Amino acid sequence: MKRNLREQFIWLLIAFGGWLIIDLLTFGGVINSFMLTIITMIEINVILAVSLNLILGISGQFSLGHAGFMAIGAYASAIITQSLPTIWGFFLSIIVGIVISSFIALIEGIPTLRLRGDYLAIATLGVSEIIRITINNLEITNGPKGIYNLPQFSNWSLVYIVACIVTLIIVNLIHSKTGRAILAVRDNEIAASAVGVNPTKYKVIAFTVGAAGASLAGSLYANYIQSVTPGDFTFMQSISVLIMVVLGGVGSITGSVLAAVVLGVVDTVLQNYGALRMVLYSLILIIFMLFRPAGFLGNWEFSVKRFFTKQKSSRENKS
Amino acid sequence: MEELIQQLFNGVFLGSIYALLALGYTMVYGIIGLINFAHGDVYMIGAFIGFFLITELHLNFWVTLVLTMGLCALVGMLIEFLAYRPLRHHGAPKITSLITAIGVSFLLENGMSFLFGGDSRSFPQAIKLVNFKVGFIHITNIQLLILIVSIALMVLLQFIVQKTKMGRAMRAVSVDQEAANIVGIKVDQTISFTFAIGSALAGAAGVLIGLYYNSLDPLMGMAPGIKSFIAAVFGGIGSIPGAAIGGWLIGLIETLTFTLGISSWKDAVVYAVLIVVLLVRPNGIFGKKAGEKV
Repeated sequence: MKRNLREQFIWLLIAFGGWLIIDLLTFGGVINSFMLTIITMIEINVILAVSLNLILGISGQFSLGHAGFMAIGAYASAIITQSLPTIWGFFLSIIVGIVISSFIALIEGIPTLRLRGDYLAIATLGVSEIIRITINNLEITNGPKGIYNLPQFSNWSLVYIVACIVTLIIVNLIHSKTGRAILAVRDNEIAASAVGVNPTKYKVIAFTVGAAGASLAGSLYANYIQSVTPGDFTFMQSISVLIMVVLGGVGSITGSVLAAVVLGVVDTVLQNYGALRMVLYSLILIIFMLFRPAGFLGNWEFSVKRFFTKQKSSRENKS
Repeated sequence: MEELIQQLFNGVFLGSIYALLALGYTMVYGIIGLINFAHGDVYMIGAFIGFFLITELHLNFWVTLVLTMGLCALVGMLIEFLAYRPLRHHGAPKITSLITAIGVSFLLENGMSFLFGGDSRSFPQAIKLVNFKVGFIHITNIQLLILIVSIALMVLLQFIVQKTKMGRAMRAVSVDQEAANIVGIKVDQTISFTFAIGSALAGAAGVLIGLYYNSLDPLMGMAPGIKSFIAAVFGGIGSIPGAAIGGWLIGLIETLTFTLGISSWKDAVVYAVLIVVLLVRPNGIFGKKAGEKV
């Protein structure tokens, strides 16, 4: 346990180091406000990709419904911060978003998670689209026009902190007893249930935590961009998160973070090419998948623990 | 009541297009287990090919239809050869092929937008519109044409799959690729042929819908693509009659929401019915129940 705490501390130190670098570069004028927007969007994508990877990679359930949960978070924040424009209102709205999406994930997950593979993907896609169409038709969400002029409560450093916390929570979840049960269900459902692990329960846990992550990202997104429309949360949004997870390596949290960063940078570079941008993007995607079918990292994971024990053992070997 | 029956007829005509597209999805999924996201875009390419053949070369409708089907078959085979075959030979995970399919879909959509502009064009009137009135029901000759052509193509497809040697090879490969290979079936060729047929059907659907709606644009394949995949799932992926029934079902649901005045909820109703169907029959209406080996 003590050892575990030390690693967590080192993690936090690394995360703080990253924050300090961005902060100092902003202070020194190297990073301008345009780049800060990109950095914030990357951080939001990190939250989305890590939480989807929990569902897709760790729990092995193919979900195409991440955009729906993101929409719930975004609209919860938009509606609440409109009438309660304080930072506390914003935090309240985040919690409301998480509660609603976890609840929907629970209701959705219990019956649908017994579907397999692509059937599940289509069912989750369906729920996500139903959420979007409902938002599109409701009065309180201002229909297809969406909600504008929201107060800006999230900034890059808040999103950075939240992204680190979400990653830490999910990594700890994976390494907990629950996480091992989730992995067991992914690897062999029948064997897992034979040793007393309830497959549905652990699939639903992973699905609900992932949905909560998406909702959180949605809240941060809405109060950063300062506007939300139903068009932001189409099926294409789910696909773009899915691309990040697969590009990074299904099951590798490190890979998801890396892919979110790389795709953010690639997207920014490609913006110089105007109309060719999406053509180049899709070509890069196809060629990358052909040459690295398992993604950047496969299922390799960066681990502070292994990093240190490796160094220690090599030192012992020398002496 | 009269309007309801009229809408039911419209639903069947629209559903025939979804059915044609769904057949392509169901065949490809049945044989290699891949949701071919680019299928909807092959349909878009079909509409564009038809457009150019009629406006630039002034070909007649039937020649255009056949030529478009042939060219789309080539496009489908090319996509399979360049994007999916290398992955299959690597034994890459299924999700990698799926992302590649999404990449191909993006490439076709954005490539066409880049080459021809993103604006919608109007499809030439290759066949003069004639209105019929049977009792109180209005039917156009184009609607009849869509229905007849789609049913003819479905019957042809069923014949190919059930009665020809290639069809038998397709069924064998869909059951077990390795075993099919051992008994001397050329697996790659068979898969290529499946893509060719599916894409030819998508091309036909593209020309027909161009004629029906009079417009085409590079993004026209996105929504019908997803919907016809749902149609395939409805019917049970891998089943040809299932895909046809699923297509008509979706067409009917869509036109019924118009009649009920809830057309802004159109897609939500389709998805809700889909989820209910999947919960009751997890493998679709006609899907085979796959037993699980322990």
